[in-house]
Amino acid sequence: MNIPMHDVLLVGGGGAGLRAAIAASETYRGADIGVVSKVYPMRSHTVSAEGGTAAVMREDDNLDLHAYDTIKGSDFLCDQDVVEAFVKEAVDEVIQLEHWGCPWSRDEDGRVSVRAFGGMSVKRTLYAADKTGFHMLHALFQTSLKYDAITRYDEWFVTSLLVEDGRVCGVTALNIRSGNIHAIGAKSVIICTGGAGKIFPFTTNAAIKNGDGMALAYRIGCPLKDLEFVQYHPTGLPGTGILMTEASRGEGGHLVNSQGERYLSEYVPGKMELGPRDILSRSFIHEERKDNVFKGPDGSYVHLDLRHLGEKIIDERLPFVRELTRNYVGIDPVYEPIPVRPVVHYCMGGVHTDINGATPIPGLYAAGEAACVSLNGANRLGSNSLTECLVFGARAGQVAAQHAADTDFADSASMARMAQDEQKRIETQFFGTNGKERVANIRDDLRKTMEEGAGIFRTEDALKTTCDTIRTLKERYKNIGIDDHSRVFNTDLVNALELGYMLDVAEGLAHSALLRRESRGSHARSDYEERDDENFLKHSLAYQTDGDPRIEYLPVTLTRWEPEERTY
Amino acid sequence: MSDHKTIKITVLRYRPEEEDAPTEQTYEVEFRDDWVVLDALNHIKDHIDGTLSFRWSCRMGVCGSCGMMVNGEPKLTCAAMLRDYYPKEVRVEPLVNFPIVRDLVTDMTDFMDKLKAVKPWIIREEEKPVSEGEYRQTPDQLKDYKQFSQCINCMLCYAACPVYGLEHDFVGPAAIALGHRYNLDSRDEGIQQRQHVIASKEGIWECTYVGECSVVCPKHVDPAEAIQQTKVATTTNRFKSLVMPWGNKT
Repeated sequence: MNIPMHDVLLVGGGGAGLRAAIAASETYRGADIGVVSKVYPMRSHTVSAEGGTAAVMREDDNLDLHAYDTIKGSDFLCDQDVVEAFVKEAVDEVIQLEHWGCPWSRDEDGRVSVRAFGGMSVKRTLYAADKTGFHMLHALFQTSLKYDAITRYDEWFVTSLLVEDGRVCGVTALNIRSGNIHAIGAKSVIICTGGAGKIFPFTTNAAIKNGDGMALAYRIGCPLKDLEFVQYHPTGLPGTGILMTEASRGEGGHLVNSQGERYLSEYVPGKMELGPRDILSRSFIHEERKDNVFKGPDGSYVHLDLRHLGEKIIDERLPFVRELTRNYVGIDPVYEPIPVRPVVHYCMGGVHTDINGATPIPGLYAAGEAACVSLNGANRLGSNSLTECLVFGARAGQVAAQHAADTDFADSASMARMAQDEQKRIETQFFGTNGKERVANIRDDLRKTMEEGAGIFRTEDALKTTCDTIRTLKERYKNIGIDDHSRVFNTDLVNALELGYMLDVAEGLAHSALLRRESRGSHARSDYEERDDENFLKHSLAYQTDGDPRIEYLPVTLTRWEPEERTY
Repeated sequence: MSDHKTIKITVLRYRPEEEDAPTEQTYEVEFRDDWVVLDALNHIKDHIDGTLSFRWSCRMGVCGSCGMMVNGEPKLTCAAMLRDYYPKEVRVEPLVNFPIVRDLVTDMTDFMDKLKAVKPWIIREEEKPVSEGEYRQTPDQLKDYKQFSQCINCMLCYAACPVYGLEHDFVGPAAIALGHRYNLDSRDEGIQQRQHVIASKEGIWECTYVGECSVVCPKHVDPAEAIQQTKVATTTNRFKSLVMPWGNKT
């Protein structure tokens, strides 16, 4: 069996993955890079990011201020050495992207424009109208086409990481189009598969975001860090969860309750609509409890009012918001307020990495939302995540390429055997049985229990119920049956494999949340309302076991900023 | 249940391991006023027939995955409201002008090759080091190409293009628009390297200016305009190259 071999193999071809691929090929000339993606790279969820990309670009700003905003936003759970590296390298990365053709919005003098964003003290968010992620992704993808060293595996779905002698040496992947499982050998593998928002029922996330890469790492003994921290974005459309970018508040939009009040004056008087997302999302729940919200068929909501911005500003800076609201809710924000409510948006947690994107498993790296490099701590600031894809995608690509230069390929015969075993495993599990459980039913039950136990407010009892339910769902998953037993483009099979990943990530998330008996950032425990630095100023690490996950802890790295009370 | 409104969805089926030619299959699903066509397809897949295959991801009209023919027109199924068709039956087929891989999934390899052929990246004679900062680009310079940078590669324009339907060597609307987007970018110096593809017989000159590509484009990229602008510029440049052999971007 002829096995393709790459020095560096990317799993995932979104913002982080493509940046890493380019960095790897530029670090180690002659390196052979592979990019495996279950969708064509330009379909990756980076495409949906709207508001912008943070970096210190102006005279009124400085690196320490960006660092402090990020650290405070994280509720002091980020690693401060990581933040310091991030703010410094962010500047070059956004300029690099400018050189690669990203159509950043511009000031009259030709400089890239910056806008205000939640939790940022000054304007430092670069943007391409309100399609920043789309433009970033396409600029990266189109630029990546000029690198002959990069080989793409479009619509290949990774089913496992190959491990030999304790190091990662490749992957097995389903070629979705043919239905065959192949081994792909690699000296370094970088996971850039994004987050896991789809384990919740109501999310801004695309269908593809099922925590694939997190689960792949978890299954070979790599810990998942700080998984309990899930960001709710305060402004999604009810029902569909379609994101109304934070930039609409950055440009001056108001949040108004059913009493006609800008209710945030009660919760974040110093920042109002530009408060951090965790606090704004909780404020919505408080208003809901006070019955100060509107009621609709898709749950309660408040109003995002942009009318005072006027048509010109809306069309120039928020055209996508106008397009989306017109198409999906029949509302023109120039004339009417937009109904919005909090919606699951981002996983702060992920594959545990060091400051360079290296995991504890030799040969395995991670970057972007799939990773937890500990930039975002307990709550990410809006517009830091696109920059994170660039900075830590580049770092991971460089370090993985250096590792590859000093490493040999594993034995291809043994990889071929592992691929055959994987093909058998999948055929037995999904085609060989007459299981009665439908993918969609288990998935729906999972999403329901995640919202009930691991939503905006959490309690011991609800989390325990969620942990129990996930255990039951994992049992039911063993009895899964799929309708489609054919090979060519079998999306039923892909969905079933994705559901396995979702269950693993959900399990790690719920157990990490259960044991964190404090409130910090996005993790709000109604039964432990205070932040507890004495016991919990530390990262959680979830390890998979045969039973419930084992949760360990790791100290937070502090450099120059002492934890303080987080008020705005 | 009986007072629930329903709608019939007829989809093209093609399972290459089982059948030599496409067939069709009709499903009856609940009609919901807020559903898009894609929601109905997902309902079928989740609860009625897991064997139906199609691509989708963002469900907000920006990833470009879910383009299909809906009642004969190329559409993003995540942006096509079911209520615009109700109570009539909805027919969903794979985008025309592409080979069918399976059911509603088409083969877009040809586009991926053409995209790369137009060199859709910034080409400079000399790269400016990152340490020297950004290129200045005024809002007016941005405006020159911005519209053509909005392409989400959804392939609706190729499905609508009668020329591509007949002549698969045609570079086609999206790829030409994207090449043109870089030609118009003040940071770019690569027009000469793209012209042998874009300004070739298989490039702009194949286009008969039917303009259907621009009609169906969900992002108002207006590829027909890109083609027209390139035709004009190429003609001008040909003339210019006689008197100014070094060529130049306009």
